[in-house]
Amino acid sequence: MFKSPSVIVGLEVGTSKVCAVVGEVGEAGALNIIGVGQSKSRGVRKGEIVDASAAGEDIRNAIVEAEQMANAEIRSVYLGVTGGHMRGFNNRGFHPVASHDREISQEDVQDVVKNAKAINLPAENHVVHVIRQHFLVDGQDGVVNPVGMLGARVEVDVHVIHGVYNRLQNPIRAVKGLQIEVEGVVFSGLASALALLSNHQKELGALVIDIGGGTTEYVVYSGGIVKHTGVLAVGGDHVSNDLAYGMKVPLARAELLKIEHGAALVDPEIRGQTIQLTSEHGLPEKSINLEHLRRILSLRMEEIFVLIAGELEAAGLLDYLRCGVFLCGGAARTRGVDKLAARVFGMPAAIGTSSSVSGVKSAIDQPEFAAAIGIAKFGSFEFKKRLRERPSLSRGFKQTLGQLFRGA
Amino acid sequence: MLKEFQSASDEKSRNLSIQVIGLGGAGINAASHMAQSDLRELKFQALHTNARSLAHVGLENRVLFGLDMMRGLGTGGDPDLGRAAAEEEFEKLKEVCAGTDLLFIVAGLGGGTATGAAPVLARAARETGALVLAIVTLPFEFEGARRQRQAQAGFQELRSAADGVICLPHQKVSALIDENTSLLETFSITHEMLAQGVRGIWQMLTRQGLINVDFSDLCSVLRGRQAESCFVAAEARGENRAREVVDKLLASPLLDQGQALAEADAVLVSVIGGPDLTMAEVNRVMERINRQTENAQLIMGAAILPESEGAIGVTLVASRRGRQAGADLSVNPDNRLSQGPELAAAASEMENPFFGAPAQSRSAPRYVAPPPNLSAERKEQLYARQSGSGGGRSKSGLRWLQGQLPLEIVSKGRFEKSEPTLHQGEDLDVPTYIRRGIALN
Repeated sequence: MFKSPSVIVGLEVGTSKVCAVVGEVGEAGALNIIGVGQSKSRGVRKGEIVDASAAGEDIRNAIVEAEQMANAEIRSVYLGVTGGHMRGFNNRGFHPVASHDREISQEDVQDVVKNAKAINLPAENHVVHVIRQHFLVDGQDGVVNPVGMLGARVEVDVHVIHGVYNRLQNPIRAVKGLQIEVEGVVFSGLASALALLSNHQKELGALVIDIGGGTTEYVVYSGGIVKHTGVLAVGGDHVSNDLAYGMKVPLARAELLKIEHGAALVDPEIRGQTIQLTSEHGLPEKSINLEHLRRILSLRMEEIFVLIAGELEAAGLLDYLRCGVFLCGGAARTRGVDKLAARVFGMPAAIGTSSSVSGVKSAIDQPEFAAAIGIAKFGSFEFKKRLRERPSLSRGFKQTLGQLFRGA
Repeated sequence: MLKEFQSASDEKSRNLSIQVIGLGGAGINAASHMAQSDLRELKFQALHTNARSLAHVGLENRVLFGLDMMRGLGTGGDPDLGRAAAEEEFEKLKEVCAGTDLLFIVAGLGGGTATGAAPVLARAARETGALVLAIVTLPFEFEGARRQRQAQAGFQELRSAADGVICLPHQKVSALIDENTSLLETFSITHEMLAQGVRGIWQMLTRQGLINVDFSDLCSVLRGRQAESCFVAAEARGENRAREVVDKLLASPLLDQGQALAEADAVLVSVIGGPDLTMAEVNRVMERINRQTENAQLIMGAAILPESEGAIGVTLVASRRGRQAGADLSVNPDNRLSQGPELAAAASEMENPFFGAPAQSRSAPRYVAPPPNLSAERKEQLYARQSGSGGGRSKSGLRWLQGQLPLEIVSKGRFEKSEPTLHQGEDLDVPTYIRRGIALN
């Protein structure tokens, strides 16, 4: 129980599964995964809760499993949020430096970031993240930390991720309904990028695509900063739905077909091959053309990539992705999806692994845990920040005692 | 201040004569509504078969036609009568339209006069060399299936007769109003929307703007296209007006959640603002509209109106080319046979009495066979055989086509009830291979 203050939990309430990852911040500040819990999700569509009570149950199951595995009590979590309503964009704020000597102080930096946050958003929208990109001092670009520099005017570029307040509150309320504290919310796509990318890769430029059950999130890092984020409310569910429609089979069967026979590329040698479906009595029921199955699946996956590529091209970012594309999420398990992505984006693509954290191997290697692991990692950053901001409890306690004794 | 731009518009419109003809009961009401608004500089005429309603309308130029056939009592909701009357006095209609460069036909389809006579009037006007834009309403669903069918058939004919048809289905207007709106207000809203359609184009052509649109631009978009269009207008004030106005525009039920924009191949945008309208705002508005209409030819105008200080108004006309573009079709019932698939497509676009659900959930059938390559004579023969009347105009003149249900109704499966994922007017919940029209088997 005593290790609970340093236990950090990342919870992702996804469309196909709810996943809780328990991590521990070690002495060196590195995150170590000590437990994973998951449960099939029933109350979520396209990344957003549609059945709060079912979602609540699933969250509880996942958390109980994670608690057992990690042998820790979970009182608070960091929560991943996503959904088609979330948007990311870049904004710039500026602030005149008021002091006499024109030296930029910490307060100036705080003010300029505050100005950058003041965005004209509709009243129902809520800003989830404001990520600093870089500063400009008197128009001089690329300043990482302007404190102590001289200048008359300081500007900052930020990346803002926002969503609709009420829709963001739904998963938070579902978690709070279980008497579990929500310490912070993280955009799932950002979390996946945190888990998959090393600092080096962030510096060189990389695109992370997390294709989940109901949504696809994508994040572009370049020069070490977040350049672009986005959500597409299309995911693995759509693939299953397409197959159910095209192959005329029930949705559950389509899901199985997708996992067993699906591939993102249509090989020429499968032409004419069929799959025999059997009824529950083992009798042949229906035969399905494998080529059609692959084609339907491939078209859907390709469309997802094409839409993302189109958006990045419009933002002028495709040339900055020198490390290529990293895929995660459940749909990254589709055979050949990396080849398809490589073809669409015209750059190397790979299935990402959460290499930047250590711990339970079985969790780290799975692409579908990337978001939850990333959320835990985000939590560990927050945790360290908090440690830095105020002296730790034990030190504070010692000081108080010391003062007491000195006074005595 | 009015004088100021009047003189400007005089200068420009010296050799451009614009006329608005209200045709039929609804048409003359709408036209008289326009004549009382700021559109009074235009020339208005009222055409009707019913002497009584014509006498009550507050327009100076009134033309009664079909006097011989109906003795000034109206058509009684029979489009055949309306058409026959118009055909009979074709020369008179040509006279009415003579000397006009741009003719707006304002009419409410579904009744007798407008449904039957509008295509004839359009044809007469085109023969005099005018560019013909019809701005028509389609009836409410509660007006009954017969009126809907009449309106649809009239709409199809009008589309092949006029250069452009802007269509305003009343049923979609009912999505704009709330429970407490009175009947009177509802009609004044539709009249106002029709007026906005005329005003948007007229202003774009005549007012001194930051970015001008010429009559020739309009012609290049519309002439010979037999386009069908929808239009929306929105206005916003305040700090974020540039964003709000586009939000309002795109939220309009008339655009089918942006689908109409995605399918459009020509879009006319008119931005009107006060003297405080900034280029950045115009840019912001156009950028967002551009993003929605990637495949379209975009024509824009931006104009300054001293009285709309602090406001920004956008009028948008999105038109979709009729599929037999360029073909100069006369109004011949046999032509409708060649429009078979189109009629079905139109049926799926409109609020249709047959398939109550709005059509955006349905996309094109999986595979549409290309038309066979045939010589013109052979086609004639085939049509003649199909119509079973030896190619001659049948006595009734207008025959209703058996409506065809779409062969394949694409269900969205588990996403049926969730919020649709729209990307540039495409519903991504519908399987990709169906949207792309890729044939399996």
